[in-house]
Amino acid sequence: MASPTPRLDLRGITKRFPGCLANDHVDLALLPGEIHALLGENGAGKSTLVKIIYGVQHADSGTLHWEGREVTISDPHAARRLGIGMVFQHFSLFDTLTVAENIALGIEDKATSLKDLSVRIRAVSERYGLALDPDRHVFDLSVGERQRVEIVRCLLQDPRLLIMDEPTSVLTPQEVGRLFETLRRLAAEGCTILYISHKLEEIRALCDRATVLRGGKVVATCDPRKETARSLAEMMIGTSLSTPERAAAAVTGAPRLEVRHLSTTTDVPFATELKDVSLEVRAGEILGIAGVAGNGQAELMAALSGETLIGDETAVLIEGRPVGHLGPRARRELGLAFVPEERLGRGAVPELSLSENALLSGYAREPLVRSGIVHFGRARSYAERIIDLFNVVTHGHKAEARSLSGGNLQKFIIGREILQRPKLLIVGQPTWGVDAGAAAAIHQALIDLARGGTAVLVISQDLDELFVLCDRISVLFHGRLSPSTPSHQTTVEQIGLLMGGLFGGSGEDEGEIGRVA
Amino acid sequence: MSLLRLEPRGQASRAMVYLTPVLAVALTLASGFLLFLALGFDPVKALHAFFIQPISTARGLGELIVKATPLVLIGVGLAIGFRANVWNIGAEGQLTLGAIVGGGIGLAFYGDGGWWVLPLMVLGGVAGGMLWAAIPAWLKLRFNASEILTSLMLTYVALLLLNYLINGPYRDPEGFAFPESRMFEPDATLPHLIQGTRVHLGSLFALLAVAGGWVLMSRTFIGFQIRVIGLTPAAAGYAGFNEKRIVWLTLLLSGGLAGLAGLGEVAGPIGQITPSISPGYGFTAIIVAFLGRLHPVGILLAGLLMALSFIGGEAAQIALGLPKAITGVFQGMLLFFLLACDVLIRYRVRLGARRVAA
Repeated sequence: MASPTPRLDLRGITKRFPGCLANDHVDLALLPGEIHALLGENGAGKSTLVKIIYGVQHADSGTLHWEGREVTISDPHAARRLGIGMVFQHFSLFDTLTVAENIALGIEDKATSLKDLSVRIRAVSERYGLALDPDRHVFDLSVGERQRVEIVRCLLQDPRLLIMDEPTSVLTPQEVGRLFETLRRLAAEGCTILYISHKLEEIRALCDRATVLRGGKVVATCDPRKETARSLAEMMIGTSLSTPERAAAAVTGAPRLEVRHLSTTTDVPFATELKDVSLEVRAGEILGIAGVAGNGQAELMAALSGETLIGDETAVLIEGRPVGHLGPRARRELGLAFVPEERLGRGAVPELSLSENALLSGYAREPLVRSGIVHFGRARSYAERIIDLFNVVTHGHKAEARSLSGGNLQKFIIGREILQRPKLLIVGQPTWGVDAGAAAAIHQALIDLARGGTAVLVISQDLDELFVLCDRISVLFHGRLSPSTPSHQTTVEQIGLLMGGLFGGSGEDEGEIGRVA
Repeated sequence: MSLLRLEPRGQASRAMVYLTPVLAVALTLASGFLLFLALGFDPVKALHAFFIQPISTARGLGELIVKATPLVLIGVGLAIGFRANVWNIGAEGQLTLGAIVGGGIGLAFYGDGGWWVLPLMVLGGVAGGMLWAAIPAWLKLRFNASEILTSLMLTYVALLLLNYLINGPYRDPEGFAFPESRMFEPDATLPHLIQGTRVHLGSLFALLAVAGGWVLMSRTFIGFQIRVIGLTPAAAGYAGFNEKRIVWLTLLLSGGLAGLAGLGEVAGPIGQITPSISPGYGFTAIIVAFLGRLHPVGILLAGLLMALSFIGGEAAQIALGLPKAITGVFQGMLLFFLLACDVLIRYRVRLGARRVAA
């Protein structure tokens, strides 16, 4: 069976870092015009492989063949000259420059004038349905629009291989739909797309082929349309997957957390102000807050944890007590536990051991400190209890927090908070960047905690997660919070529309929604 | 293709944290060897004159301890602040204020004192240093002013204040208008600890500071908070640690210890207040703190080493006729090699070209 010459053919790519084999004889053939998924858990070697393709890193052994010819890709310039474009997960845009200026900064061809470039930007964005005004400033754009800037920047250089790294993690479902249309149109024109994601349903909807990496090796190549999300996940983790069990909602008790007409002001440019946010979480239930990042999540988390204090102390109540004026320590003593979105650098100190990180928040509700002296023996046994009960994979309580994988560190942090028997737990992005096995364990722990009578508030961008976990869901958009809806009475699509800004009948945020056919 | 290359370690090497200061000392000695050779001296003799001769007598050892005392006292305090990212650069000024206030008490009770004068002077020294360090603390918390600049600038204010006092109220009435105070009375002088040397009670304070600093940083919850704030301020905010309190605490502590060191100089080896109390102990203590890895025990060793460079430099001037700059050259080489060797904590040196995986 004669197959066409692959656009890019990787043969036997091996890359070793001190202490780990990131890629182990990886073979990967990307055909012209196909949308090829690269799947794998964190640490499976996806990013390393992509960096080798894009010339950021170099393989220790193995060869790259571009359209049948062996090539060396020494740096990203060389990659772009071959026709490889990449859209990174984190954008590299200057807020205060216009779209056209940003694109001019990032392309190889420096000769074109800004005016000519604007014309070309308009042409490309019309052709691929990527509505974009070259003269707008980036700070004015939504996250989805910012991503379009990055995509258009790649498309202007007529790529024949486009690499997309986790492109949908910041998009609403509707924006995802539009992105997929663009990608399909590109593929139909012969462009090859390498699509990196851990969202299995998206891969099943979009991709023609999938290559699964595990521990640096290719473990499977398959047609994702013929697989189920579950079978793909099991290929990724190599064992069968348990799905969290959610018992019928228990009877909920008294309100543990009440937020009443909370508004914040900020003097930081581009930060979001909270506007009249009200919510209530009762004992035994899980409330989810959906929303695209940057819509006030960080501000809400800080106001609830006590890291920013509220002028009106009655805007936040824990078990009916006004706490707006209390700092994190006092709120913890009242029964609040808290898992921040940034786990390394806020939820844990990278350079400190797990024992010391257990002490970081454990001091407030566990007997770890007596008259100013730290009881390190107790901190150690507390850390060991967390490691044990939450199956944290590590070489012991002395391990530095940064030596743990994202999933294991998150299990440790969530375990540390749960073992304090909180009356109220607030979690930001519980499973962001966490592998499937750890995510399932974390979900189960949160559900069990709520069923045990704790009030749980989850702030997440991942709608699938919110629907698995939550009894009720609200949406945060531009600093405003929608009223909550019981999760069995709503759908991903409805929440997606709210995430795009369609609620409260407000006309001020025209949003993306108007353009959805 | 280079024969030597640096390869990142997976984890910072703990052994290297302690080994690099030793390596830096060895490299400094090796460079000193070459330097003396180039200058036409017998390098072995010269190094002997610099590093061994000065401490081969009991008196010499005593001088080493006398010089190390203020360095260690100040270094321990500064290191605790540095751990919390509080950069007190103005220990020299706090030292001066300690001497002014503590020494001032000694002068005030001249002629009608008692045993209680000395404890009062010690307290005054500590209070003077704290007062001077409280200014940058307040400015930092109230106006977000960098303590690096304010504490440094206050050093010069302190030196001018000293100059004014020594030419005015503090001047010895029977001193023929020399800018010096009276000699302190025995009741106002730190007692000697070892016969035949100038080692005084201040050295005991320095040892206590080392022990106290060690307990504070490794055993207490305050020490834990200091470390977390220094490593990851966001995590400290998350945990609910009061950063303002830590800024106050570390500045007052380092200022108080510097003030104590200043009092120790005037009420110890100098015996009076003079226009030049310190040959820059407050600044050298910054090097001592880093050379000692911000760890109290390390600072004790680093303080002795830096003290040796001071007295070795003096000996070299006398024995070899070298200029005074020799002290600075050796201190500079030591810091330079330490910073250069620190790369080994995160990287290892490999021989040969990049390894190709089989």
